Amino acid sequence: MAEVRLSGVTKRFEEITAVDRMDLTVADGEFVVLLGPTGAGKTTTLRLVAGLEKADEGRIEIGGHDVTMASPTVRDVSFVFQQYSLYPHLTVFDNLAFPLRSPARRVPEAEIKERVNAIAEMLRIPDKLQNKATQLSGGEMQRVAIGRALVRAPQIYLMDEPLSSLDAKLRADMRIELKRIQKDLGATLLYVTHDQIEAMTMANRIGVIDQGRLIQVGAPREIYEDPHNVYVATRLGQPAINLIPRDLIPAGTAPAGTATIGARTEHIRIRKASASAAQGKVQWIEHLGDQNHLHITVGDRKMTTLVEPDTDLVVEDGVSLELINPLYFDGAGERLRTET
Amino acid sequence: MAEIRVENLRKTFDDFVAVADSTFTIDDGDFFVMLGPSGCGKTTTLRMIAGLELPSSGAIYLGGEDVTFNRASQRDIAFVFQLFALYPHMNVRQNIGFPLKCIGRSRREIRERVEETARLLRIDHLLNKSVSGLAGGDRQRVALGRAIVRRPMAFLMDEPLGTLDAEFRDLMCEELRLLHDRIDATTVYVTHDQLEAMSMADKIAVMNKGYVEQFGAPQEIYDRPATMFVAEFIGSPPMNFLRFHGAVAKGAAAVRMDATEVALPELREDRGEGALALGVRPEHIRFDDSSSLRGEVFEAEYLGTNQIVTVETGQGMVKARLRADTRVSAGETVGLSFMSERLSLFDASSGRAIQTALYDGGPHG
Repeated sequence: MAEVRLSGVTKRFEEITAVDRMDLTVADGEFVVLLGPTGAGKTTTLRLVAGLEKADEGRIEIGGHDVTMASPTVRDVSFVFQQYSLYPHLTVFDNLAFPLRSPARRVPEAEIKERVNAIAEMLRIPDKLQNKATQLSGGEMQRVAIGRALVRAPQIYLMDEPLSSLDAKLRADMRIELKRIQKDLGATLLYVTHDQIEAMTMANRIGVIDQGRLIQVGAPREIYEDPHNVYVATRLGQPAINLIPRDLIPAGTAPAGTATIGARTEHIRIRKASASAAQGKVQWIEHLGDQNHLHITVGDRKMTTLVEPDTDLVVEDGVSLELINPLYFDGAGERLRTET
Repeated sequence: MAEIRVENLRKTFDDFVAVADSTFTIDDGDFFVMLGPSGCGKTTTLRMIAGLELPSSGAIYLGGEDVTFNRASQRDIAFVFQLFALYPHMNVRQNIGFPLKCIGRSRREIRERVEETARLLRIDHLLNKSVSGLAGGDRQRVALGRAIVRRPMAFLMDEPLGTLDAEFRDLMCEELRLLHDRIDATTVYVTHDQLEAMSMADKIAVMNKGYVEQFGAPQEIYDRPATMFVAEFIGSPPMNFLRFHGAVAKGAAAVRMDATEVALPELREDRGEGALALGVRPEHIRFDDSSSLRGEVFEAEYLGTNQIVTVETGQGMVKARLRADTRVSAGETVGLSFMSERLSLFDASSGRAIQTALYDGGPHG
């Protein structure tokens, strides 16, 4: 495994700048997740690292070597695509062995067997090795597709939303699996997704990307607790951060220039209040199974927070609100920090 | 709009029982969700209600009328496959009016109905715009308008949001539910996504292998699952099961798992010696140093406000939803305690819930 470094990488498709002066280093053994909406430039970034696209500007290094102009084969990367494709006529074993049997690699058959078995064990599909790929469930197929990448030990693994076609339960299991496997292998992994939960639960560091630009890079907790701007603040957190005008609720001493206050569940203290003392009203409590969302109105503004399952609040209750160390943003959406 | 009643509905394909004697009533105006994994029979049930599939036995009533053997076209329902596909070469008015044009309505009627629908969806100012220039939310509303313009007795929807990405799906869920509240249309909605079901449904039928495992309001099903299948299918992460052996007696308010006594709602029935499973929701677990139920932290998944902590116990892996400011590290030994009044107990061999005070008065099964 190796370190991967992008310096000032830019990629344009005609008028559109898909990746804009990107600087990003993925350390050896690190799991970095690029998080952003559709069209943000995540996939293009992966393709640039893989050599499937050529950068217009900037430099890409893998393991200290400049590979900016190198062909995909010499870069030695493994790519897992969103739409997995297996060879339907081959068994699971042969699908997994395929990358090792490439004439360029000449891996002895005994070693192939050993590595395929080890990967199958890791992915918990050792009993499926003799099945044809078409006899697998969707989740199993996706595991084989990931396994086919993992069976080699390239410089870096590149994964493009590999879990997005799985159902929710399987996705939750696979998140844990993939993280565990990455750790066990000490693999360098660059992973792109629009799913904030995948990013938060798996990444060593998250890179938040928007319109081709890397807005902020940091550990999940750092991105969540200390976002540089409104855009980053809204990418993480469920329910989404409440963005409210400065004077809606008393907010201690907001720094000069504050236009917007960002308040998550942990920044808001909500208490049942008499009609005269109430600032807001409970509109509804949404039971989502795993979590309960409290929707309140303050004036003509709506706010949403998480609420404990045993809350004594009910619809129409008046509530008082207090903000505790919320996030402050200026008129342009940039973060203002309090001096503490 | 109308009530939909399904009686002893059964469908077999050769030896395979796709739907096994389902009976339920969807109240007039309800948003009803059939929830289950693929192959559970939910789509087959929907197709029988639509008239696209004939039942092997049983009956279907639409607004009190027996429609079991009526053709699809003779049932006043709208089957919605995809909610987001628009005709790009038509403007908003033509897109919404298309289903009426197909069934040969007069131009005047089409104009009136389209305008009424557009007002309902608050897109009447966009009627003459091209759909390609519309923002995402407005496109969704146009697609919805096309689905509702016929004003049938019921809407049937088969995973209509299945292929949308998560962000868009949330928006669409909310939009669908708001629209439903405005027009009070009886809606039957099929999905495998428990979150969609929980956030939209008035009533849910959880299906498994052709059987309706439980029928009820979302919160009811979440709080008082009738079976282990339901308990595990709903919730993310799902309900934890701590498995142990023992016998329980009516009137008891605790069970003994190895050395630990766990309080739970008073039992309403006896169960002889056998395999049992204590059902605990992740949000009903607390770390508690004084508890004798101990485990080793396997892993913590950070989610911002919360974290999901996986703990390996003598009774199996347990996932707890805790506040993110609770510091935990892998390998650490922790004590666990539960909110006892929220626990369920299951007969682990049949999978059925053992009745307790928690289940009093609630419908089940």
